[in-house]
Amino acid sequence: MNIVVCVKYVPDATADRKFEDDNTVDRVGVDGLLSELDEYAVEQALQIKDKQADDTEVTVLSVGPENATDAVRKALQMGADKGVHVVDDAIAGSDALATSLVLAEAIKKIPHDLVVCGMASTDGGMGVVPAMLSERLGVPGVTLGSEISVEGETVKIRRDGDASTDTIEGSLPLVLSVTDQSGEARYPSFKGIMAAKKKPVETWSLSDLGVDAGSVGAGAAWSVVESTDARPPRTAGEIVTDEDGSGAKALVDFLASKKFI
Amino acid sequence: MTYELSAEHEAFRKSVREFAEAEIAPHAAEWDRKHHFPSDVVQKMGSLGLMGLTAPEEYGGAGLSGEDGGFTSLCLAIEEIGRVDQSMGITLEAAVGLGINPILTFGTEEQKQAWLPDLVAGRTLAGFGLTEPGAGSDAGATKTKAELVDGPDGQEWVVNGSKQFITNSGADITSLVTVTARTGTRADGRAEISTIIVPSDTPGFIAEPAYDKLGWHASDTHPLTFTDARVPEANLLGERGRGFAQFLATLDDGRVAIAALAVGCIQACLDMSLQYAGERTTFGVPIGAKQGVAFQIADLEVMLRASRLLTYQAAAMKDAGRPMKEFKQAAAVAKLYATESAVTATRIATQVFGGYGFMEEYPVARFYRDAKVLEIGEGTSEVQRMLIARGKGLPVE
Repeated sequence: MNIVVCVKYVPDATADRKFEDDNTVDRVGVDGLLSELDEYAVEQALQIKDKQADDTEVTVLSVGPENATDAVRKALQMGADKGVHVVDDAIAGSDALATSLVLAEAIKKIPHDLVVCGMASTDGGMGVVPAMLSERLGVPGVTLGSEISVEGETVKIRRDGDASTDTIEGSLPLVLSVTDQSGEARYPSFKGIMAAKKKPVETWSLSDLGVDAGSVGAGAAWSVVESTDARPPRTAGEIVTDEDGSGAKALVDFLASKKFI
Repeated sequence: MTYELSAEHEAFRKSVREFAEAEIAPHAAEWDRKHHFPSDVVQKMGSLGLMGLTAPEEYGGAGLSGEDGGFTSLCLAIEEIGRVDQSMGITLEAAVGLGINPILTFGTEEQKQAWLPDLVAGRTLAGFGLTEPGAGSDAGATKTKAELVDGPDGQEWVVNGSKQFITNSGADITSLVTVTARTGTRADGRAEISTIIVPSDTPGFIAEPAYDKLGWHASDTHPLTFTDARVPEANLLGERGRGFAQFLATLDDGRVAIAALAVGCIQACLDMSLQYAGERTTFGVPIGAKQGVAFQIADLEVMLRASRLLTYQAAAMKDAGRPMKEFKQAAAVAKLYATESAVTATRIATQVFGGYGFMEEYPVARFYRDAKVLEIGEGTSEVQRMLIARGKGLPVE
């Protein structure tokens, strides 16, 4: 079978993150990496490949600036077979709708039975692209899977909710997103890193996909970030001193005022 | 010309660092305190391929050529593991250098098939039993004996004697130890030393209770005793009577690997000192603003760079297949300089931490205890100086 994993190149959360003048995230001038939440998607795809023990191929797909090749490369180092990187200046500033359009058009050009995504990006964090992809591709979509198994044409997905655990069966082709509970991602081995050097990565532009540049990018976005402010530094906590037995009430009042209870 | 590692080596360093920080660093203090050897985490290092970096693919290794820098990648892995936990660093170093390499280099095809796949995957460990109460670098003074006698299924080696300070020899995942033993007397009257593979479950082979060491608390180190331990004749490793020469051949790699472990230690000292010097204030300013502290940290940076370059250069010589004599000299220089620097670095780091440096709640105290043995294991500083001086043509005894 053919598996496509969608991965995003995101700013390193431990580094200094900043915005461009137009309030979009600066994706070029900062250290970036393969989104940690997408590592779970790569891991699940590789586990399915390992279990299939046939000629299953995992293609990793990323839409992003030049540096996004690093995210593709890391997935190849982990064990994916080949990569596709869609890069085009017109894509900068795209919202989730436009991103899903570019991804969907790219996926249509890649043989695919199963499309695996992370549960959300670690920068935008909307978590809507998987559902949009299933709509655009016209195939079933199951989000937030925490345990995945594939038998023939059937995919079994466990979803852990607050109140219940559901097991869903779907048939291929299918779009799937997996959570950070699905299993720790493997670390690239040196053998994997060396092998990745020889794995093919194709670079496509919007015209390769037949996507009109006017339908993506900041100009086509359905929502615009008006302004951004850095979160204020943490302030000192409030200390409740219990001198006359009123401490417990003061604590409860504080928690209630913050809607913790 | 600049000297730098390949992009692949840097990517691998990152991968091992992420592993070390997630899987090892959070537990290192507890393992140290409890003298606990975490077999499961050692096996995870195996899953990451760390034990197989220099082994061929047919035994499950990475199958890298010298050009790929297989030995350099092993040194990077030891450095990065050692940066968070010296005990796990030496566990990896010994697993490859002392456990896998003798069998890989001198084993018959049957021996390799029997033992290597599990060792290379890190599912099991092997120890190398050389040192004895009366014999360390002077391996010719070995007292442990192995006699070839008739057994029920052909000839057997009967091993008697004891070994000490043997790393990875008594863990629940230890599958064997290779031991050097006297197997006779040579024509010139000197002892004939051979190497024999003794599986862990051999009756008469006992790994005695682990040592109470100054450092490396989470490393598995035992004295071993052999009382009529019988193994098949086919367990002779390599050529009979070549045990000493074989042992010497495995030492040079180990020296570079220990140098890498020392580099990890110095890096840890620098990282900890830098952070603390920026956080801790006295008289209203960070202590890093005081020359007394800042200059010592500058010295750490110098030691780190010099040690790292010597170590990587020696490793690159090994990977490039440079002449043995040249590599031996580079290995001895790297080992001597990096390990003595590591001991100095831990002294500086504990001094930067002041009273807290003496408290076990900070890792700097653990590194202080762990560093000393670097100047001793796999050839003491004195042995390195002797080798270096001899390499310069001096007739040193």
